[in-house]
Amino acid sequence: MNDARERMPLCDAMIALHRARRADDVVITSMGAAREWMALGAGPLDLPLVPSSMGLATSFGLGLALAQPNRRVIVVNGDGAMLMNLGSLVTITAAAPANLTLILVDNGVYEVTGAQPTPGAAPARALGDAVDFEAMARACGFRSIFHFADLAQWQQEIERVLDGTGPTFALLDVSTVPGSRGPRSPGPAGARALALRRQLTLGPR
Amino acid sequence: MFSGTEMATLFASMGITHVVSVADSTIGTWHPALERSADLRLVRVCREGEAWGVAAGLYLGGATPLVLIQCTGLFESGDALRNVLHDWHLPIYAVIGYRSYLNQETLPGDTCLVFTEPVLDAWRIDYRLITAPAQRDEIRAHYVACRDAGTSGAALIAEGKA
Repeated sequence: MNDARERMPLCDAMIALHRARRADDVVITSMGAAREWMALGAGPLDLPLVPSSMGLATSFGLGLALAQPNRRVIVVNGDGAMLMNLGSLVTITAAAPANLTLILVDNGVYEVTGAQPTPGAAPARALGDAVDFEAMARACGFRSIFHFADLAQWQQEIERVLDGTGPTFALLDVSTVPGSRGPRSPGPAGARALALRRQLTLGPR
Repeated sequence: MFSGTEMATLFASMGITHVVSVADSTIGTWHPALERSADLRLVRVCREGEAWGVAAGLYLGGATPLVLIQCTGLFESGDALRNVLHDWHLPIYAVIGYRSYLNQETLPGDTCLVFTEPVLDAWRIDYRLITAPAQRDEIRAHYVACRDAGTSGAALIAEGKA
């Protein structure tokens, strides 16, 4: 990439989140984030959205947050997927779930298909002006907005991000993983869906 | 064909908790009654593909959602419903407005009439075509049958103008 921004490794960013999440948090991951998250060991309330309809993680997250208002719901989405469902930023803030945190990991490329730049990344734009997701989130009405490029700062602030009143938007500038693959499905999706619903409906919401 | 109050009452009687919707000129007239209902929450989405994802999340979280969109939105949301209904096997029910079925004065030759039912068949969605007010109870009966079978389904509601 021609973008000179400082970027943190995606795997380290996910390790920090894995340590900070509570056992009763629902964590939805997509694409490269799902791959890294599953490598850390998925829990019963994790939803690696594999297979996916690209872009739908934010919508799944909104639905879960509305159905489970007393539980934190964390969505980790990539910038390519975000661009496929930008309207969901508006949908989320219209519904305004206080328990939803959207973490956008931005590497500027479609990593799992060979790191082609997204239309939002500076190298793919005629004027070289990368899309400003932080400004976009603000314009859409997110209550709490954060932007991290430095891993140490992300590690230090992550609790504050997750504890804030949502909907919360946290942008993480992450580096690409050379030669990385797409995430592999951890098992039959239908069975995983049933198991998650069962977990989430066992106790009070 | 149906009033908003009739539909809100029907959805509530079906045990629906959330209606995830994009308005059209028929469905939009139902929104105020859906919003007023103490038993339902209306979730407005920006495009129909989102509706399936939001409904999926609601279902996984223990709610009983319904997708309420026009057939043009069905066309728009193909990959989303494929993923939700067929990859994840989530038994989401939809009520879909069938544009121009009752008259084509606004859009003569509207291709919604050409593609809607074949698309529902292609996506393997079991549906009931509702063309008259007397069929209202068929929506509930079909929904209950789908729910009890643990499958998705749809009611295709004939509309007039676009």
